[in-house]
Amino acid sequence: MHIVVCIKQVPDSAQIRVHPVTNTIMRQGVPTIINPYDLFALEEAMRLRDKFGGEVTVLTMGPPSAEDSLRKALTFGVDRAVLLTDRFFAGSDTLATSFALATAISKIGETWGKPDIVFTGKQTIDGDTAQVGPGIAKRLGLMQVTYVAKVAEYDGEERTVTLERRAEGGTQVLKSSLPCLIAMLEGTNEIRRGTMADALRGARAEIVKWSAKDAGVEDLTKCGLKGSPTIVKRVFAPSPRAEKAQMIEVPEGASLADALIDDIFKRQPNLEPDLTALARGF
Amino acid sequence: MSEPKKTPAAGGRASTKKELPEHFKAYKHVWVFVEQERGQVHPVSWELLGAGRKLADKLGVELAAVVLGAEGETVRHAVAESFCYGADLAYVVADPVLTDYRNEAYTAAMTTLVNTYKPEILLLGATTLGRDLAGAVATTLLTGLTADSTELDVDADGSLAATRPTFGGSLLCTIYTLNYRPQMATVRPRVMSMPERVEKPVGKVIEHPLGVVEADIVTKVLNFIPDRDSSKSNLAYADVVVAGGMGLGSPENFQLVRQLALTIGAEYGCSRPLVQKGWVTSDRQIGQTGKTIRPRLYIAAGISGAIQHRVGVEGADLIVAINTDKNAPIFDFAHVGLITDAVRFLPALTEAFKKRLSAHSTDKLAS
Repeated sequence: MHIVVCIKQVPDSAQIRVHPVTNTIMRQGVPTIINPYDLFALEEAMRLRDKFGGEVTVLTMGPPSAEDSLRKALTFGVDRAVLLTDRFFAGSDTLATSFALATAISKIGETWGKPDIVFTGKQTIDGDTAQVGPGIAKRLGLMQVTYVAKVAEYDGEERTVTLERRAEGGTQVLKSSLPCLIAMLEGTNEIRRGTMADALRGARAEIVKWSAKDAGVEDLTKCGLKGSPTIVKRVFAPSPRAEKAQMIEVPEGASLADALIDDIFKRQPNLEPDLTALARGF
Repeated sequence: MSEPKKTPAAGGRASTKKELPEHFKAYKHVWVFVEQERGQVHPVSWELLGAGRKLADKLGVELAAVVLGAEGETVRHAVAESFCYGADLAYVVADPVLTDYRNEAYTAAMTTLVNTYKPEILLLGATTLGRDLAGAVATTLLTGLTADSTELDVDADGSLAATRPTFGGSLLCTIYTLNYRPQMATVRPRVMSMPERVEKPVGKVIEHPLGVVEADIVTKVLNFIPDRDSSKSNLAYADVVVAGGMGLGSPENFQLVRQLALTIGAEYGCSRPLVQKGWVTSDRQIGQTGKTIRPRLYIAAGISGAIQHRVGVEGADLIVAINTDKNAPIFDFAHVGLITDAVRFLPALTEAFKKRLSAHSTDKLAS
């Protein structure tokens, strides 16, 4: 089987700093990582390969420096890494991104065999949209299953896959057909460390680098800023609230806890009877 | 596209706004997807009708509810309630193929409706269902979609301005879909306030055929396993919420948050680092990438108040912050603050609440 995993290199968002005057992201010195949600997709893909045989190709779109994330993926043990990088892709929104990735996946299919499954993470930690996975699925005509907690069965002969999908209020068990796109949910597995051999190979392996043309993009107006229906009109920092928190003052002889409760019930008079009624219910 | 060849500067396209392409000019009215599954309408649908009502009034157009599902009581109820929450009309696709949510069938139903009746704005809840559907519909229609919007407005020329947090909530950005229709956005549950329900008769209902039969749908639902009651959390819709952050110091101390929550009948939650460290499960995370809450009372213990957390709790009526650091950002948006160690203070607060609430109940029982 052939599995393609789409990953994204993202800034470690916990460490993002915003310039206080210009309101721009200060990227300098911010370390980059593989989007943490994508690690679950990577691991699930490798488990399927280990069980059923085949290859895992990892694909990313980004600046040349995104090669770092692909190397990292190689050290985990994926078989091949493709970097889609071109200035024409700059400024892509989710629709343009899914176009570029879908085109590259088609090219990967022509070159190394059509993928049976395309994996993505649930969403990225920088964009948080969860839209690119569905976008790829629709453009390639793949069955789309998102928020997948478990790949319960894979039947290469029957060309079906049984999946457990996180839904509102429970788990949906679905049977779909191959080829499909699976967006993995977090916490579903743990990324392997990779063997020493993988580490060595990861450091040396050649990363396939494709421009838009190499990937088979014919219509450049579908890429980057031009191919993006959405436009970011304004970026701004959240405005501070007019007044800061009022600090609780403790009257003589009273405890801080009682003073706080008094203050809460003074501000929200209806809460006291409601909480009391609830407490009586216990 | 027959646009003049000119390379626009980044972000400059909005200011040099071109006229809406001719074939999109017929797109009018605001639509809200009313999400129902297994007999229940997700309340985010009503919240969106409330938000959609404001947009429709500002634009001077109609507000429509879109109800998809199997013919039956649930769909009838969802349609009737939509009018009570502000819809002027409802589009309904009722077909047994739509009994369970499956992307293929729902995407087909929604895109057919859009292509036939042409809305200018389409809003969906950012639930697991809504996000799965919205991404597929937007790609099929080749239009723009803004995920997890926290604010919706229409500007002077009638364009939808959808504001959302970006870069993990460090910044907000306002996004437009100027030259494509419909303009799509998802909104997370509890981000918009619940509109008042006003008893109203069922108005205009437009039924449309699905045009897809079961044999066309590849994906089959084998089973649905509902969450066990113990693992169900009503965090997003709770009246009172208690949450803990890194200031608690250890996973064991999170028990103090649970105890207070249990005492006052609250739901408990946490900030993102606790989930990342594996102390608490992700369904308890409050913030931009977790749950948005709008309780009457929110008690944050040992939470510093990063913007990513702030955007998830700003809708609370009363925010009480307990933190040892007087410069913690949480004091910038909390209403009431206490500079003290949460680990030592929480047990005292739990005891004080216990006394206070039981004293009242015995009073009342005696009278």
